[in-house]
Amino acid sequence: MVEHRPLLKFVSHAVLILGAIIVAFPLYVTFVASTLSLEEILTVPMPLLPGNRFFENYAQVLTAGTTTGSHAAVGSMLFNSMVMALVVPLGKISISIISAFAIVYFRFPMRNFFFWMIFVTLMLPVEVRIIPTFKVIADLGLLNTYAGLTLPLIASATATFLFRQFFMTIPDELAEAARMDGAGPMRFFFDVVLPLSKTTMAALFVIQFIYGWNQYLWPLLVTSEESMYTTVIGIKRMIVGSDAANEWNLVMATAVLAMLPPALVVVLMQRWFVKGLVDTEK
Amino acid sequence: MAMEKRVVFRSAWLPYALVAPQLAITIVFFFWPAAQAVWFSFQLQDAFGMHSEFVGLENFAALFRDPHYLQSFKTTAVFSLLVAGCGISLSLLLATMADRVIRGALAYKTILIWPYAVAAAVAGVLWSFLFAPSIGIVTYVLKGFGVDWNWIIKGDQAMLLVVIASVWKQISYNFLFFLAGLQAIPKTLIEAAAIDGAGPARRFWTIVLPLLSPTAFFLLVVNIVYAFFDTFGVIDATTQGGPAQATQILVYKVYHDGVKSADIGGSSAQSVILMVLVIGLTAIQFRYIERKVQY
Repeated sequence: MVEHRPLLKFVSHAVLILGAIIVAFPLYVTFVASTLSLEEILTVPMPLLPGNRFFENYAQVLTAGTTTGSHAAVGSMLFNSMVMALVVPLGKISISIISAFAIVYFRFPMRNFFFWMIFVTLMLPVEVRIIPTFKVIADLGLLNTYAGLTLPLIASATATFLFRQFFMTIPDELAEAARMDGAGPMRFFFDVVLPLSKTTMAALFVIQFIYGWNQYLWPLLVTSEESMYTTVIGIKRMIVGSDAANEWNLVMATAVLAMLPPALVVVLMQRWFVKGLVDTEK
Repeated sequence: MAMEKRVVFRSAWLPYALVAPQLAITIVFFFWPAAQAVWFSFQLQDAFGMHSEFVGLENFAALFRDPHYLQSFKTTAVFSLLVAGCGISLSLLLATMADRVIRGALAYKTILIWPYAVAAAVAGVLWSFLFAPSIGIVTYVLKGFGVDWNWIIKGDQAMLLVVIASVWKQISYNFLFFLAGLQAIPKTLIEAAAIDGAGPARRFWTIVLPLLSPTAFFLLVVNIVYAFFDTFGVIDATTQGGPAQATQILVYKVYHDGVKSADIGGSSAQSVILMVLVIGLTAIQFRYIERKVQY
């Protein structure tokens, strides 16, 4: 710092601690609620220290769901969420990296037209074409399938842009050298471009993992069978009535399970996460 | 967009094969449905989709005669301005403080980025639990202060709840961008001002804030887009647009009218209007980015 001001330093820490407490409070209460019995939660005010029902609550939701709301086991929901969280980023990265490669490293008729077609999809979020996209999935017979859950989310203009932008920074000399050595475009792609893109891919993967895991509207539309619910949908289905009618201890245990995988990714891969976030918005 | 590679490869078919998967998905799941949305918006369908007739702009005219729809516009405006305003000012405050401290910086940052990982619907569930009218812990504290809290029947409290949940979820994003912006400000500028006798507050208003204004403007657009579209989960998990449409933002109304009430024509007309709004917002975002590149 420029100068030493103890009071300002104290204020900074005080503001940050207060902010961190407010941000963390809902997370803490969620965890506490997931370790209590339903009776303990329904006493007003509920206890703010963890109870002793941790194992019972988690075992119950993982294998059997709730009794008043949805009976679907959270174990299979976690699996479905994981499918989305892995297929969406991997699919996105694969189709975007090859289309960006084609657009940057080839000259061909309609190239600009294709580029603009991909670009325009930025302006068509799922939320604004709910009904017709649902119809397309229904017509293709993809309701309640993994393909229906993931395919429409795989196309992404931002990922294509990000790779295009990165490819523009790869020195021309590398492509020239590859061509002189007689390497074809795909050889160049696998031996040069792909290894150089590792950082970009990692950053995209982290962001898209969270995006895939946290999807809500789309799975809500295309899944009606309990076996296809994702965890986030499962939580919603467990809440059936007003306040006291829900088994909040089980809902909150499910909420903890729903938050944990993306939170671990964010915290443990913080460096890639921040890079991915900042890069995709450029 | 003007930049081009000097060295390129040649093939008559390979580039088409490489763009094909992305184009196929884009056409099937983006263009086709968007075109259908436009087409449906000119038609009147019965609830089962058996009959439809072409009605021209009647669906749009009906929308703008519908006081609920006009109200939903107002609700969306209030909601997105509150989310963007509160989210940006709170995270600017936190980022400015975090930029000053050295000890504990990583711990603060780790806690503050956590909400990004929480799904919007889950954020809605957490906050509605804290604020639950009969059993919520925050409700209990509010009662102690004499506040009669019940968002299930009071519209303004319901709005407050969805704003809090939405701001909470977005705070990580804003915080990280402000922190990156603050760390990009050259330390020499700050030091020079300090030598000239400017105190921390003066330096913040005259140096830091003007240099951060591009970041703040960018975040304003991003936050408005977020409030428009990505808060669907928050609303569906808490108020479901209620009470009496007090929190029914445009996206929620598209879903409600199309999926719950099966009004395909009306919902599609709303989709088309939303698309126009998104195109406008994206254009603003890109004009800004173009300007940033020139700097």
